[in-house]
Amino acid sequence: MWQRDGGQLFKKNFFFSFCVKRAVLRCLFVHFLLHSSYQLFVINPSFLCFRPALLREQHYQYLKKGLRHLSDAYECLDASRPWLCFWILHSLELLEEPIPTAVASDVCQFLARCQSPTGGFAGGPGQHAHLAPTYAAVNALCIIGTEEAYNVINREKLLDFLWSVKQPDGSFVMHVGGEVDVRSAYCAASVASLTNILTPKLFEDTTNWILSCQNWEGGLSGVPGLEAHGGYTFCGTAALVILGKEHMLDLKALLRWVVSRQMRFEGGFQGRCNKLVDGCYSFWQAGLLPLLHRALFKEGESELSRQRWMFEQQALQEYILLCCQNPAGGLLDKPGKSRDFYHTCYCLSGLSIAQHFGNMDLHHEMILGKEENRLAPTHPVYNICPEKVSQALQHFHRLPVPYENNPRSSHPTGRPSVEMRAGV
Amino acid sequence: MFASASSVKVAALTVNTPSVNFNLKYEKEWADLEPVPQDDGPNPVVKIAYSEKFSDVYDYFRALLKNDERSDRAFALTAEAIELNAANYTVWHYRRVLLQALSKDLREEMRYITAIIEEQPKNYQVWHHRRMVVEWLNDPSEELEFIADILSQDAKNYHAWQHRQWVIQEYKLWDNELKFVENLLEDDVRNNSAWNQRHFVISHTTGFSDPAIVEREIQYCLSQIRKAPHNESAWNYLKGMLQDRGLSSPPGLLERVLELKETHCSPYLLAFLFDCYEDALENSNQKENVGEEERKDILRKALEICDLLANEKDTIRKEYWLFLGRSLENKSGSRGPSDKPPEPSDPASGQQEMS
Repeated sequence: MWQRDGGQLFKKNFFFSFCVKRAVLRCLFVHFLLHSSYQLFVINPSFLCFRPALLREQHYQYLKKGLRHLSDAYECLDASRPWLCFWILHSLELLEEPIPTAVASDVCQFLARCQSPTGGFAGGPGQHAHLAPTYAAVNALCIIGTEEAYNVINREKLLDFLWSVKQPDGSFVMHVGGEVDVRSAYCAASVASLTNILTPKLFEDTTNWILSCQNWEGGLSGVPGLEAHGGYTFCGTAALVILGKEHMLDLKALLRWVVSRQMRFEGGFQGRCNKLVDGCYSFWQAGLLPLLHRALFKEGESELSRQRWMFEQQALQEYILLCCQNPAGGLLDKPGKSRDFYHTCYCLSGLSIAQHFGNMDLHHEMILGKEENRLAPTHPVYNICPEKVSQALQHFHRLPVPYENNPRSSHPTGRPSVEMRAGV
Repeated sequence: MFASASSVKVAALTVNTPSVNFNLKYEKEWADLEPVPQDDGPNPVVKIAYSEKFSDVYDYFRALLKNDERSDRAFALTAEAIELNAANYTVWHYRRVLLQALSKDLREEMRYITAIIEEQPKNYQVWHHRRMVVEWLNDPSEELEFIADILSQDAKNYHAWQHRQWVIQEYKLWDNELKFVENLLEDDVRNNSAWNQRHFVISHTTGFSDPAIVEREIQYCLSQIRKAPHNESAWNYLKGMLQDRGLSSPPGLLERVLELKETHCSPYLLAFLFDCYEDALENSNQKENVGEEERKDILRKALEICDLLANEKDTIRKEYWLFLGRSLENKSGSRGPSDKPPEPSDPASGQQEMS
């Protein structure tokens, strides 16, 4: 048991009954709010004692199997296979389960087959390059973190690919002949910064384009004019952090918007105002709080907490552990929905955010339930473990920034990268 | 990248399928082409157990792609490939290449994409494809009605709204949109997408500078709030519309909100009041006629609301409201009479490190 906010200590039995009630109510509420499923969460003794357990072993088996084999239900993700690699590898690293060397090497070789001859990574071998699987592939390779993994990435071609999807207005299309939205800026900034191919010219006007996605609600939309949305808000904000321009957002308005996305009853986050809770927003939304905390700190804000993010960490952990776990392994959106690797990744990522405040210098943990529920911390910009971020940066910063072979770039010679503000 | 990536197998849609039960390798039409199996390597990872049909269609698709074949059979095969996985953006791209190379009937393509979107409205590729066809035809005449139909099935479909905003802006179809929005808000006053569209239409037409427009919108918000006091969208819209010019700028607004507080209170109303007080404090820095006493009073009221929200009315956001209170106190340079103790901190002094 731990101290409630404000340092008040509850008597054990009152705490027990109050918190069981709240936890049970939370789960029941979510069920009745939505679905016809008669099967509530498994009445696991650990839940009733209000020491909810992360079903580590079950999740591990689910992930271990998925990394090799997936049923035909996954045909719809046949153009997102690097994503499957990332979601599974990141989940395993959060669970602190080691990746066997042979598997790691196999992933490297598979991702190498997903790399396009013209640069970037595709959703599968033989497909066209696309910024989303590019992001996922680079992240997966950085999680593996071996020389073999780093060497898969053809940095020169990757830079060519990024130039090929750059638009005159500062935005990026997701793939040649494809659609524009703020995800692309994040994917591009993430891979460019990690692999040290980032130049100011590449992201010229991107900052202003992203800023134009902040709307009247305070959050960011996919393209200017649309509704503020958790996924897009994360992408835009994280991209600006990478570019060192997050202070140009209306941080106060953004902060108000994101904290308002936490559901007072469910404890989890919604993606948009007046919509339903979803476990994946545990990362996309809650992950904004560490970014904003740091941004406000850099702006000279003196009243920031030294112990907690500005969301209810306990409530989010409760939602994830009590409502988002499949007893057979894997995590999910909300009770009644089926498990998948995307939700497994982002529910666990959100759980990690909720458990860990601060960084390596100032670190405060708040683990709901057993100590074994503790996950590894995750980097709020890249969503891979912080050690993997620094390791990758170290490796790639020893290499020169490739020549810009882009006719649209007026500087044919290579230029050193901007000062890294990845914030590790 | 977001919720669209969940593993739901989509029901098959039979549209334009030349062969349903036969493998292509048994078809005379395809006998000249050597199918290209997927190169997953010797030790595959995330290996999907494709159905026989899936493997077959994509083995031939890869063959066509390799040869850059521009033919009717290639075009027909893209439909098969799309049916099996509508998220395969490589197939969609190829289909567009073929549409142009073979000078296909774009009206027929509109019918095709209409059917596909109806079946799979939450897919990025289908909407992007529709946009391309509309652009090529330079004909948006079906769009508003089509999107309205999709929205009638899911009034918050993000792709649908994105497409709608693009059509309206590109082809200047603003005239009836405010009415459309109001109808949606009649159906569901909590539809945040509709509130966003309201903001979109007004900001691109009349704008929010005209005080008559602002007053009209305030009235609209307040009347929706009276009907549904706990509707966060309405409160967010009210604030969002006014924040650039200052919440204290419309005369009598604070009073109207204080009135509502008695009968239609909500955490959102209280937050709005806080914002009004904060705005008044910020503006009082510029105005000389706001006395020190008045400033202290506004600050006290603002901090009271923070405490109320943090400890009673909006406890899920306690950390946030406490921070706002501390921040406001700090900015205003003085303490409110409620004398909230500072948040318990680490014994270690000095700046927190957040490198």
